[in-house]
Amino acid sequence: MSGLIKSSLARKYVMALSGLFLVIFLVLHVTINLASVISPDFFNEASHFMGYNPLVQFIMQPVLIAGVIVHFVMGFVLETQNKKARGSVGYTSYKGSANASWVSRNMIYSGLVVLAFLGLHFYDFWIHEMTYKYVEFNDQDPTRYYAETVEKFAPFWRTILYVISFVLLSLHLWHGFASSFQSMGVNNKYTPGIKKFAKAFAVVVPLAFAFIALYHHLNPITH
Amino acid sequence: MKIYLKIWRQKNANSKGNMVDYTLEGVEEDMSFLEMLDVLNEELISKGEEPVEFDHDCREGICGTCSLMINGRPHGPESRITVCQLHMRSFNDGDTIVIEPWRAKAFPVIKDLIVDRTAFDRIQQAGGYISVNTSGRPVDANAIPIEKEMADNSFAAATCIGCGACVAACKNASAMLFTAAKVSQFALLPQGQVEAADRVQNMVHQMDLEGFGNCTNTGACEVECPKGISLENIARMNREFLSATVKG
Repeated sequence: MSGLIKSSLARKYVMALSGLFLVIFLVLHVTINLASVISPDFFNEASHFMGYNPLVQFIMQPVLIAGVIVHFVMGFVLETQNKKARGSVGYTSYKGSANASWVSRNMIYSGLVVLAFLGLHFYDFWIHEMTYKYVEFNDQDPTRYYAETVEKFAPFWRTILYVISFVLLSLHLWHGFASSFQSMGVNNKYTPGIKKFAKAFAVVVPLAFAFIALYHHLNPITH
Repeated sequence: MKIYLKIWRQKNANSKGNMVDYTLEGVEEDMSFLEMLDVLNEELISKGEEPVEFDHDCREGICGTCSLMINGRPHGPESRITVCQLHMRSFNDGDTIVIEPWRAKAFPVIKDLIVDRTAFDRIQQAGGYISVNTSGRPVDANAIPIEKEMADNSFAAATCIGCGACVAACKNASAMLFTAAKVSQFALLPQGQVEAADRVQNMVHQMDLEGFGNCTNTGACEVECPKGISLENIARMNREFLSATVKG
């Protein structure tokens, strides 16, 4: 096992598995978010459950945060090692676009934008939630989530930042989702199907997130 | 044809190199790329200048020796060929052609366009062999029936000529396609099963020691490989390595 831990292939496995884990989380996240458009009451119920269920709060949430940290730390490690592997002198002429897609060659940049977005997203929702519960010790209010969410998307700048981030998330998933199967050794007769599904996922899920942000921006709560 | 060349010149492994401009006239479109370099070197020698050093051997696309980055692509602009199979008809009169050596920390430049590719030899030596006696006494390799698909895939992997274009093309200078091809050609055959676990672990370990980069599945290696080695081999290596390591 010690050989596995030090190996370059282990780094591939870690990137792939943490990436797949985050993909599963996205499904859960987008499903609950869509409820905010369809049924505010259900959205409030689901959000309250996620916010106060001990299993979600003290097991799933730390695991999720660990997954994000592992994915981006390993991404930086890989990028640094890969830059070193080219050597001290680079090419004068290098046509990367002739043999690989822009998205696959720039995962670090799409990843960095998504990471920066996560900073804003944590500030907007997670820190607000932690402050509400564990700093101000406010009483439980199962009806507040919908109004708080819609309120967040009132400023145009925040809505636009979210939409831009979803575009970059889409690009990141476009290469990363299918790539994780290859890293885990899956390349067989099902691969063309997996690639199609992964690319559809990379478009549909970020599109749904962007739609939700725009919907709430364009449909503010009027008192 | 008149062409303008920008060629990497470097005196030896320890000196600093730089790009040098040359103009070559009278280039025929039916010349191979290496013949064009031969003509340039004839001119340089006749002028008393040092000729451009470059690797070449069979000049028929099977030895993997000719290793040039031409206008930003390994083996030049055409697909599925080596530099010796590239002809000047792929270029136009007045073109500027940039010629550089493979760039990778594990492939240090020896002189001009020649790099040291013994890192590949060491990966091969770490496990790219079988110790089964297949001479016919006592075991005849042909006596073991092998599924056609398996045999075909093994042969396809074995067509790797170890040229290093995969490393040169990869933005990470990763040698995973080469290593995976060498692992796969044995992993697919019954004769390769005896050392299968040790082979993949030792070859991957050696690949890491040499300082090659990590694979990020861009697929550039597969596109630039003159023999069309498939990314399926990398997935197979990933499976073999995981299984070998977990089983201990």
